[in-house]
Amino acid sequence: MSRDTMEAAGLTFLERPNSYIGRSVPRPNARRLLEGRGTYVDDVPAARLAHVAFLRSPHAHARILSIDTTAAKAMPGVVAVVTGAELATLCTPWVGVLGHFKGLRSAPQHALAVDRVAWVGEPFCAVVARSRAEAEDALGAIAVAFEPLPAVVDMETALDPATPAIHAELGDNLAFERLLDVGEVDAAFRDAAVVVEETFHFGRHTGVCLEPRAILADWAAADGLLTVHHSFQAPHMMQDILCKHLSLPEHAVRVICKDVGGSFGIKVHIYPDEMATCALALMLKRPVKFVADRLESFQSDIHARDHRVSARMAFSDSGDILALEIDDLTGIGPYSVYPRTSAVEANQVVNLTGGPYRHQAYRARARVVLQNKAPTCQYRAVGHPIATMVAEGLVDLGAARLGLDPFAIRERNVIPDDAYPCAGVSGIKLEQLSHQAALAKLKAMMDYDALRAEQAALRARGIHRGIGLAAFIEITNPSAAFYGVGGARISSQDGCTIRLDPQGGVVASVSVTEQGQGTEGIIAQVVATAVGVPIERVRVISGDTQATPYGGGTWASRGAGIGGEAAWQAGKALRANVVAVAGAILQLDPGRLDIRNGAVVDAATGTERMPLSELGRIVYFRPDTLPPGLQPEFVATRHYVPKDYPFAFTNGVQASYVEVDVETGFVRLLKHWCVEDCGTVLNPLLVDEQIRGGIVQGIGGALFEHCLYDAEGQLLNGSMASYLVPMAGEMPDIDVVHVVSATATSEIGAKGAGEAGTAGAPAAVVNAINDALRPLDARVARQPVTPDVVLEALGVI
Amino acid sequence: MAPEAPQRERAIAFTLNGESVRCRAPARTHLGDLLRHEFGLTGVHLGCEHGVCGACTVLVDGRAMRACLMLAVQADGATVETVEGLTESGRIRDLQDAFHARNALQCGYCTPGMLVTAVELLSEAVAPSREEIRDAISGNYCRCTGYHAIVDAISTTAEARRSKEAAE
Repeated sequence: MSRDTMEAAGLTFLERPNSYIGRSVPRPNARRLLEGRGTYVDDVPAARLAHVAFLRSPHAHARILSIDTTAAKAMPGVVAVVTGAELATLCTPWVGVLGHFKGLRSAPQHALAVDRVAWVGEPFCAVVARSRAEAEDALGAIAVAFEPLPAVVDMETALDPATPAIHAELGDNLAFERLLDVGEVDAAFRDAAVVVEETFHFGRHTGVCLEPRAILADWAAADGLLTVHHSFQAPHMMQDILCKHLSLPEHAVRVICKDVGGSFGIKVHIYPDEMATCALALMLKRPVKFVADRLESFQSDIHARDHRVSARMAFSDSGDILALEIDDLTGIGPYSVYPRTSAVEANQVVNLTGGPYRHQAYRARARVVLQNKAPTCQYRAVGHPIATMVAEGLVDLGAARLGLDPFAIRERNVIPDDAYPCAGVSGIKLEQLSHQAALAKLKAMMDYDALRAEQAALRARGIHRGIGLAAFIEITNPSAAFYGVGGARISSQDGCTIRLDPQGGVVASVSVTEQGQGTEGIIAQVVATAVGVPIERVRVISGDTQATPYGGGTWASRGAGIGGEAAWQAGKALRANVVAVAGAILQLDPGRLDIRNGAVVDAATGTERMPLSELGRIVYFRPDTLPPGLQPEFVATRHYVPKDYPFAFTNGVQASYVEVDVETGFVRLLKHWCVEDCGTVLNPLLVDEQIRGGIVQGIGGALFEHCLYDAEGQLLNGSMASYLVPMAGEMPDIDVVHVVSATATSEIGAKGAGEAGTAGAPAAVVNAINDALRPLDARVARQPVTPDVVLEALGVI
Repeated sequence: MAPEAPQRERAIAFTLNGESVRCRAPARTHLGDLLRHEFGLTGVHLGCEHGVCGACTVLVDGRAMRACLMLAVQADGATVETVEGLTESGRIRDLQDAFHARNALQCGYCTPGMLVTAVELLSEAVAPSREEIRDAISGNYCRCTGYHAIVDAISTTAEARRSKEAAE
């Protein structure tokens, strides 16, 4: 059938009758969470359950001279005390490198450190006991002798010849370096009318998922099956890695991720304590559970950011951006995290900085260095908030120097909406973005001119308000170009299997996963629409390697765009199978039949021919009455992976309105706006809340969140009492609207939206603060922008 | 008086979600662990166990309390209500409906504590402003939503209760 004919028959994605697409359907799976009936890992019952607690390094860097576990083993309730050397007989070490990051180096990392610990919080000994409390009691009875080693703490001196190499075999602390030089950069800066420069600091922060990391591993020797309940984003990846390092075949490992209490990229990495828990279950042949407490979460969850970027931008006298040059330095802890590596954030900074703009000269250097702090890795909006802050901060500096309005300079420099498809200056391929439309929409929705007038009036009364803008691009719908090409066994393809049951309900199992963003909800919408059944009759299964097709799970904003397309294709295939059988029974041309609202209908008139429940009855219980030779297949599976572009880039622009108290340095957030383009909007309710949540997470990094270390590498604020997160009282109301540039690479046209909020919010807020401070000749460039930072900028302290 | 050994148990009796219950509780066990482990009330979520995140919030004698900051033995003689009991009684059905319709939750881990805090607010304030709602829930950490939708849902519920009361 041609596309035109399909459209005429109402068969394209957006043309389906009784469509749920674009509707604010509440999530079917949210009701149980509202009743406290979720099943997070710590809620999973297990017979003979034992609990593990870990002894963690109190030193940033030290040699372990001896461990005496005798007293601990005699403590009440203790099942086993296991050192790194003992565990290493069951679990092989790993190295977090990938082939496409040329030159990336790291050192072998064990589930429990064997003879050397390299950050405060690194686990090196485990106690398994009948209760967590008894396991913790016994930790206190283990005697350890350390020989402290020099700690590499400051990333700025990590590469100095005088600084010792954390891993002697690597020779120095440089893990990775990337250089990019495009166009005539030196000439552009030489000939520029205006050059602005700034050094931006991005504090180290972490995810603070409300449900801490948690894993329950159960080795059933008689079945030859290791069942792992895991608070995690990528069950198939975990299965593959457990197989590799515990030397098991993949049919011997099942990973189940039921309800997950927030993840944001924190729960997609391989953690030593989680691998150790699985190895201990194998060793002890009984279920073992580990739930990180909040204090150890701060020490052992991956951290992110910790970048210093020195940057400059060249402008013509009329305000055209001519060139951009950046130098990024980032400290990633002592190991590159497995299997995604810790080079990705810096690499993204190089790829994305200045991405909305059309300058043709760009030079970037990124250096990734090792240090004795908690490892960093991919966390929501990897690299994006850094890239956006650097470019948007420089654009505002340029606008101020040139006397241009912040909207005007952006309107002048963004890649025009009619220029696509094209490539960005860093080489990224862009299918269709909408910067101009987004800027226009934002200006109208925030009533920009009125806001400027209010700002001026209040300034005259000594009230310092600021307006900040941030245009951004976001990487979504990643293909194998992200990890697979580098040798990581991380799936970029995903699948959906849909089965029609006798009463006319459907069960859809998907390999993309749910952590609250609404994956199961949008899959239900797509499946209901594709098959032609009421959404109440759709049950979605996710997060189980044994019950779903093979796939990548959740990362890089891919659930809707990739999982949704697989669900659409599977739904279409099932519908075709069903109408073929209905046609044979009804002796009608299947091409003239459709399924709508749970019944087979005449496609042209909508007249009901047969409810699905009747078809189900015949097919499942009276197949003897079917026409000879007809074998119905009421199950269909389809997979999808983007092929035309390595990534589906999206875009948007955010604005922040703030008030700065110049006496206390406090910043009050008054209002936030976001215009975002994620292609087809499957569910406005869900996507808007994704963006709002992302914005607040970005604001956390901009104003509050900071993992503070002292000069010896001790984490100073590893509790929620001293590590500040955004709470309701300080957060503004947030308006979100969309521009829709559907991707033509899939039939549903959806791109990702999970990281857009976090990508743009810090730059919008910091630019707003600087807009407020500009008449006072002060500016900030260090996140988080705490009251201290503001008062320092004002010269008060 | 010498402090009790942490493992020493004491017998306690209290009212839990409308039922009168008895159990033995180790002196060092906090109320959150007792509710989860002894009574299977897994809707009581532990997020920080140092009284900051609010995920474990339950009603004790009608007041929102952090179950992680209260020793289990302190519940002796008290009336304790969790999200499970509030759900079963139908008392927060309108609030749950409003959260559902507005998608005022994502991962759901903060949700029971958020609902309990809202119950307390709505029992005290008939027409809370957005600022008052934000202030009331400012001890409940939500990493997913950005709070805006939660404020909307609580505000909508307060408004619907006012309309209902006016009509009666």
